Amino acid sequence: MSDQYESVIGLEVHVQLKTESKIFCSCPAQFGAEPNQNTCPVCLGLPGSLPVLNERALELAMKVGLALGCRISDRIKFDRKNYFYPDLPKAYQISQYDMPVSSKGHLAIELKSDAGTLAEKRIGITRAHLEEDAGKLLHEGVRDGSWVDYNRAGIPLLEIVSEPDLRSPEEAFQYLVSLKAILQYLGVSDCNMEEGSLRCDANVSIRQKGAAPFGTKVEIKNMNSFRAVHKAIAYEIKRQSEALETGTRIVQETRLWNESKGETFTMRSKEEAHDYRYFPEPDLVPFSVSSDQIEALRKSLPELPQARFERFRKQYGISDYDAYVLVAEKALADYFEACTREGANPKLASNWIQSELLALINLKKHSIKNLPNLPPKHLAGLIRLIENGTISGKIAKDVIVEMYDTKKSAEEIVKEKGLIQVTDTKLLEEVADRVIQANPKVAAEVRSGKAQAIGFLVGQVMKETQGKANPKMINEILTKKITSQK
Amino acid sequence: MELYELTLKQAQEFLAKNPNRKDELTKTLADRIKQVDSKLNTYINFDSKHAQKNGDVKGPLSGIPVSIKDNIVTRDWETTCASKILKGFVPPYDATVIRKLREAGAVIFGKCNMDEFAFGSSCETSCFGPTRNPWNLDFVPGGSSGGSAAAVAGRTAIAALGSDTGGSIRQPASFCGVVGLKPTYGRVSRYGLVAFGSSLDQIGPITRTVEDSAILLNVLAGHDEKDSTSANVPVPDYTSFLTKSVKGLKIGLPKEYFVKGLDPEVEKAVKQATSVLQDLGASVTEISLPHMKYAIAVYYVVAVAEASSNLGRFDGVEYGFRHESSNLRDMYFETRNQGFGAEAKRRILLGTFVLSAGYYDAYYLKGLKVRTLIKQDFDQAFQKVALVLGPTAPTPPFRIGEKMSDPLSMYLSDIYTISANLAGVPAMNVPCGFSAAGLPIGMQLTAKPFDEGTIFRAGSAYESATKWHEKVPKL
Repeated sequence: MSDQYESVIGLEVHVQLKTESKIFCSCPAQFGAEPNQNTCPVCLGLPGSLPVLNERALELAMKVGLALGCRISDRIKFDRKNYFYPDLPKAYQISQYDMPVSSKGHLAIELKSDAGTLAEKRIGITRAHLEEDAGKLLHEGVRDGSWVDYNRAGIPLLEIVSEPDLRSPEEAFQYLVSLKAILQYLGVSDCNMEEGSLRCDANVSIRQKGAAPFGTKVEIKNMNSFRAVHKAIAYEIKRQSEALETGTRIVQETRLWNESKGETFTMRSKEEAHDYRYFPEPDLVPFSVSSDQIEALRKSLPELPQARFERFRKQYGISDYDAYVLVAEKALADYFEACTREGANPKLASNWIQSELLALINLKKHSIKNLPNLPPKHLAGLIRLIENGTISGKIAKDVIVEMYDTKKSAEEIVKEKGLIQVTDTKLLEEVADRVIQANPKVAAEVRSGKAQAIGFLVGQVMKETQGKANPKMINEILTKKITSQK
Repeated sequence: MELYELTLKQAQEFLAKNPNRKDELTKTLADRIKQVDSKLNTYINFDSKHAQKNGDVKGPLSGIPVSIKDNIVTRDWETTCASKILKGFVPPYDATVIRKLREAGAVIFGKCNMDEFAFGSSCETSCFGPTRNPWNLDFVPGGSSGGSAAAVAGRTAIAALGSDTGGSIRQPASFCGVVGLKPTYGRVSRYGLVAFGSSLDQIGPITRTVEDSAILLNVLAGHDEKDSTSANVPVPDYTSFLTKSVKGLKIGLPKEYFVKGLDPEVEKAVKQATSVLQDLGASVTEISLPHMKYAIAVYYVVAVAEASSNLGRFDGVEYGFRHESSNLRDMYFETRNQGFGAEAKRRILLGTFVLSAGYYDAYYLKGLKVRTLIKQDFDQAFQKVALVLGPTAPTPPFRIGEKMSDPLSMYLSDIYTISANLAGVPAMNVPCGFSAAGLPIGMQLTAKPFDEGTIFRAGSAYESATKWHEKVPKL
């Protein structure tokens, strides 16, 4: 994007709330059942059926509102949003129109500068309202028509709408990361974009930098990962900037993201937009929520990512960035804390989790949430061996792979394979002498002041000891021997 | 006396004495239907094979056949709302009232004809053809619960359920000379009643006597956790009010009820009924319901708005009639175009219009505000009196076909009944005379919310002092 433009982005996130049963009936709300198995007259919208609010869904919605610093409505009212589509069994969605359960909150996101430091930015939350999910159309393998699966119809959804405070694809991405973290800490949603338990639409416009009025807004749908949201917004900003530069008019419309082509395309124009004919849902009587109930919920909130971030920095002395990365994924932070409870050095634990462990998990396509291959106790054991000099970091990288594959502890593997670090000074001095003798030129370079040349000699000693030598000790011995040969 | 002529109370007594003759009741009704229903057309279908046995369940209605308006869902039994669009729809579940009737031992006997989706005041908009008035086959039975009311009057049913959104129980009860009660909004569960105007709809009994009405309401009333709008208010024994004297009962006659447009014969009959109650010891005063004149206008905003949304689901996707097409838009258009009748389409269009962007505030929101004023009128009236008395319908029954081309004059037929739905208060039609042409006239008794007891008290006292309910139409 040319420097003269600024992008203005707002996100609408739909989150499926993790309740046992659906929002207006007692059907199970679980993902993955046989088509239309989790249905009843209510969620099928059969004539005569009536909705009854699942209070658990409201409770989870209010928890999210509280975590986002929202004002919680003391009156709960639902409305009907009318439109025709085969996945919507009643031809209206029960939603909240003018009285959302939560409004006027904010979400803090962390942005990494070029220098690597983090800066906080507050993104306004306009509202978060409760509604029911629709069913799903199935086209694949169906001839002459489509099938409808209503298992998803009636799953509670929370639609969280941000203010147009985001200014770049990266900010939008970080907004999703922070929001997901909060939702996971609250335990209210699986936040799985691929399974559809978290969905995101983006409103994107651009304007002259510093110009107050917003440009024409385009809504983008159909992104199925945070990465896709990032890419789709970036694409849209580029498309709109080019349009402005070439004098093409930007039309207000809804566009769909095509992941394989990496571009957005027109779905419907503003003129084709629905008139949803909202009106109060007569089947659900509005009711009041007392401030005592709201306060009790507030007190029940768990530690949230921001508080945990502050605590990690202070309690463990790790860097802002490390704390941020660990905290952003609740399971990762939980794993880290479990390691420290097992006695691991926090800094080492943080490093090993973020580098070696995550690489292994990604490689094996496992999840940090459920990791029988490498329980925190085992990682803590490995770190202890590194710290007390029993094995080198280099050896440890092999050991962790072995641990992962065999589910054995570090101690077992080190003992079995004889990997204990050589710290016998006499033995190391003999090897050092041999290496210096065999490489007189390198030794001379070191002596003449080219300090980094010693690395080669250290490598040779490691080679002779099959990597078991303590690198720090070798370094000291080699330096002493070479400089004393002056 | 034939068994089909029994009232609900008499049927209870008959079965108490003759417990082995349960099947005779349904059989006698089936025979009666075969005899006269080709003239009346009160049923869409009924249990000619006596499949719906429930004789083993012990309860207040054990073995007694009850007929059901066809907009109340019955498990495994086609429920059509008298509309082509629902033909073939067999619900997988029972409405709460059906469950309660079955638990009380009743036999769900048949599904009664009605105006399509309860849209109408004459029972002429049914896709199964009109129901006729048992007192004169050239006249309408009223609507929309015309099938239920005509069945009870014509002795093809012992008792029936109707539904009332703007007068659909009371007006046909008036036209057919039977007792019809619209309970307080929230008194009876709506779960399983195919919705018309969700904030107005109530299910209620249509019976030959006030006593039968109380017996049925005892079974129907009560909180239902499946209906969020049903009230958690204790249910008294309604039959306990039947023998209470009306001495000292304060009755109000709204001056706005007795104005131009009210048929003189109806006015006379209602005034005479008032005198009967006065003679029994009630005191009568004039009251005012100043916003009554807006009731029809408000009703045709609020009810049609809700109806347009409630009827969206009839789209050919899940159940009922579908016009097959290779494209979705065409399937929607033609399914609804061919599936709905003219009055249903008119109300869907009206409702869609009043909810549209730019019109919502002017119509729907304003309608809700006036509705509140109408409710306040009743609140104020009930500070002075315990019962409001007036005509149920402005005229005796009209001729079949007379108003079909004039919807506005048809809508005026509900001018006295609509305000009770808007205010949520209970109201009952009690027969109070006949026109010179021999057609029934009814009066409407209205009480404050959840005070059905007072209606039963006055209705029963009046009935005991008069003989209207003993008259039987000749078929």
